[in-house]
Amino acid sequence: MGGVLVLVEPDGGVESSAVALAFGRVIAGGLGELLGAAAIGPVADGADDALPALAGGHGATHVHHVRHPLLDDYSPECWGEALAQLVAHTEPRAVISPATARGTEVMAQAAARADLPLATNCLTVSPDSRAWQLSRIRQGGMLIEDAELTAGVVMMTIAAGAVPPDDAGPTAVSTSGTAQVVSYTPEFDTSFVHSRVVDRSAQESGVSLTTARVVVSGGRGVGGAEGFLPLEELAKLTGGAVGCSRVATNNGWRPHRDQVGQTGSKVNPDLYIACGISGATQHWVGCMGAKHILAVNTDPDAPLVTRATHAVIGDVAEVIPAVVEEIHRRARRT
Amino acid sequence: MRIMVCVKRVPASGGAPQLTEDGRGIDTRHLSFTVGPHEECAIEEAVQLVERFGGSVTVLTVGPAEAEEQLRFAISLGADHGILVEAGPDEVDPQATAFALTEAIRDGEAASGAPFDLIMFGNESPDAGHYQVGVRVACALGRPIVGGVKGIDVDPDAGRVRFRRDTPGGAEVFEAALPAAVAVREGLNLPRYPSMRGRLRARKAEITELRPHVPAGGLRRIRLRVPEQQRPETVVLGHGASAAPAVVDLLEELEVV
Repeated sequence: MGGVLVLVEPDGGVESSAVALAFGRVIAGGLGELLGAAAIGPVADGADDALPALAGGHGATHVHHVRHPLLDDYSPECWGEALAQLVAHTEPRAVISPATARGTEVMAQAAARADLPLATNCLTVSPDSRAWQLSRIRQGGMLIEDAELTAGVVMMTIAAGAVPPDDAGPTAVSTSGTAQVVSYTPEFDTSFVHSRVVDRSAQESGVSLTTARVVVSGGRGVGGAEGFLPLEELAKLTGGAVGCSRVATNNGWRPHRDQVGQTGSKVNPDLYIACGISGATQHWVGCMGAKHILAVNTDPDAPLVTRATHAVIGDVAEVIPAVVEEIHRRARRT
Repeated sequence: MRIMVCVKRVPASGGAPQLTEDGRGIDTRHLSFTVGPHEECAIEEAVQLVERFGGSVTVLTVGPAEAEEQLRFAISLGADHGILVEAGPDEVDPQATAFALTEAIRDGEAASGAPFDLIMFGNESPDAGHYQVGVRVACALGRPIVGGVKGIDVDPDAGRVRFRRDTPGGAEVFEAALPAAVAVREGLNLPRYPSMRGRLRARKAEITELRPHVPAGGLRRIRLRVPEQQRPETVVLGHGASAAPAVVDLLEELEVV
């Protein structure tokens, strides 16, 4: 027994799973333990090889594939209980998952059921014989917390954007090839209390806020729902998505789904165009992952203007239509 | 319906947080306090459900004595009762918080002889953001819980509730039997402001205070720090509409047009 176990999401987040596996590999290497992966529920059709390849490519020797009729669709309680049983069965030193919405929910369920502590949104982790030292995101990223975790099994989720530690020399883990798949079937009482998915709908087509290369976002300075029309046009021309600040959703100008910020979506586009957004902390933590930020604001001292890479000082209602017109003018010229 | 809403006293977010000199916590001397936006929506939803189906809303918090302020705020919005589990000035870890909440809920349910139909949480606190207290309480009480919820549809007669939440690719709807628990997100509703009558009621309301022994969990905060941030020199591309060519130059440079 022992080892380090990484919960992967072959359907939902290959990238975030890869980051969690990279963390797991270094931790396992440092401890001289084997790296294993765990996947819960059915794997999408034709993706049978993806799971062992994903895990094996990151140094895992084996993948626990956890199957049961109650796990055929997602249920937080069933998935969490299944992970808790797998942990009891395999007795790993640590369990790691990406800090996705689902990863976090399953880990919280498993930690609660196993009566273990859980550190979420970790940025760095270093094993220690007494207590593990870690740092984690607080306040949406405005602060970092250094903490100690003392537990029989260390459970943590790795923050999106955390940088995996450097591989530390010779390790006990294999470095290539595919991992061996080991089936595991948890046991459920017939009276097991759980919620279940009864309906699922896909988002209307369009560019998704969280994956868009360009996000054109509007706030108080846009002035109203109609003020977003030029922003939508600019988003269309740049292949981007439209976002907004909390002020815009609270005034009913945009649906909450469009909100960028601590209580909305966190975005990391190549370019974030902030139109009439002053940039309160709650908003800043949602857009600070952008590579470039262009702030359009009448106030040259607005927090977002001073934090942006580029700024235009002026009224959104004048600047954005002029930018749209300039794009059209250049397109006609060529 | 009897609904329990769990809330946390947190600093009102504004500018960059100031740390204490030893870095162990936040300098709260010049801060005002609030409940997080997710929890404000939880209170609003609970009040709306009771307005529709009858019943009562109880708000519960674990924290310093001053957290009474947040309970009175919830009462001013329409909640009926407040329970404060006094845990001293230091931040309580998520396992201990869940333990204290669970005990208080069990006491409340034992006193009335019936479970709360719905126990509500914010999806995560805006300061610590542990994403797990609601799940721990629900598991300890043997209730189903769904997180990230932005839509609640209760059918008290059928003893059933539906929860809707956004997913990266769309939305999903869960069904659970009552009694149940839920962790909600901002966007669930638009919370009301306290009315004058609500404020008066809140001022007079009696707050139940508990001081149980709460064992510490395995996660211990050592210190807080402000992450290094690259503050770029802002390039001002121009003023007003005349800045448009410079903006489009930037868009071309980034290859997005």
